[in-house]
Amino acid sequence: MSIEQILGLITGVVFGFLLQKGRVIRFEKQIGALLIKDMTIFKFMLSAIMVGMVGIFILSDMGITTLSHKPMNVGAVVIGGILFGIGWAVMGFCPGTSSAALGEGRLHAIFAILGMLVGAAIFAELYPLLSSTVMAWKDFGKIGLQDAFSISHWVLVPIFWAAVIGLFFLFEKKGL
Amino acid sequence: MKLKTKDGGWNPYFAGALVGILAILSVYATTALMGKTNYIGASTTFVRAVGFVEQVFASEHVASNAYFAATKIKVDWQFMLVIGIFLGALISSLTDKSFKLEKVPPIWQERFGSSLAKRGVGAFLGGIVAMIGARLADGCPSGHGLSGMMQLSASSFVALALFFAAGVLTAAIVYKRRAS
Repeated sequence: MSIEQILGLITGVVFGFLLQKGRVIRFEKQIGALLIKDMTIFKFMLSAIMVGMVGIFILSDMGITTLSHKPMNVGAVVIGGILFGIGWAVMGFCPGTSSAALGEGRLHAIFAILGMLVGAAIFAELYPLLSSTVMAWKDFGKIGLQDAFSISHWVLVPIFWAAVIGLFFLFEKKGL
Repeated sequence: MKLKTKDGGWNPYFAGALVGILAILSVYATTALMGKTNYIGASTTFVRAVGFVEQVFASEHVASNAYFAATKIKVDWQFMLVIGIFLGALISSLTDKSFKLEKVPPIWQERFGSSLAKRGVGAFLGGIVAMIGARLADGCPSGHGLSGMMQLSASSFVALALFFAAGVLTAAIVYKRRAS
């Protein structure tokens, strides 16, 4: 294995371990969040984002690492986002957690993984059509909110933290 | 605030914060060791995996497909990450005895019964739709939800809001029987 592959494997093992310890990968937790009965996956995910964003902005400010925004291609993000949401609710896993769910013995994740492989193959076939239609509507490029509002990310980070902490108090108060 | 949950897991705020630290270490390590900053994601790996399968019986077709060409069919950092996720969850669940062979999950069973075939078809079709959506949106809850949100990417806010909104509406239709 190359260094790249070893690094990916180690990172994945730790990530999978934490996903499983957080109990966020199983069908009940994923669908529990979509039925707004159990917000565990959002507690987990938003906590990760809060901590991660501070380090990631410090590292990129120091010029050590680079940011890598995904393009704000309106048609693609909107239609893709809606399709993902619909599929997610039926499948009960997301791409990363399906692999983890299989690891903790959820055998039905195999069907989700097979479906996602077929979905990837279909997307590759549709790509020429999509890139000349949906993906060609309006692309704002690889931008962050900091670029969109021309404001320092260090102004946005505390606002994000405050909003998320407020949401956490709401979750705990409602017992979600 | 309890450190252990009722199901024997770790407090989700704590486990999530550790993932945040992992994400920081990971962007640093990939930059230092691979020369390019890599962010955690998962869905591109499904393109590469199915590309390997198609190469077996239609290698010319794969070579001529623009999307496979752009994605590059190889076992890269993210491919190993997805394999690692499986192993990490396996290790964690075996060591804390939460590993459970499950064919049909409880919420599904309440609504559609204990048929594995029904659950299989649902997971398969859901998987197809979700992956087409994830590739179109250029990310899933890992790539957009974690990595994109950590950088305050505009597209990730839109994508995550739509993942959730469409998911909530679909779940309400699929899992709740209408009263009356």
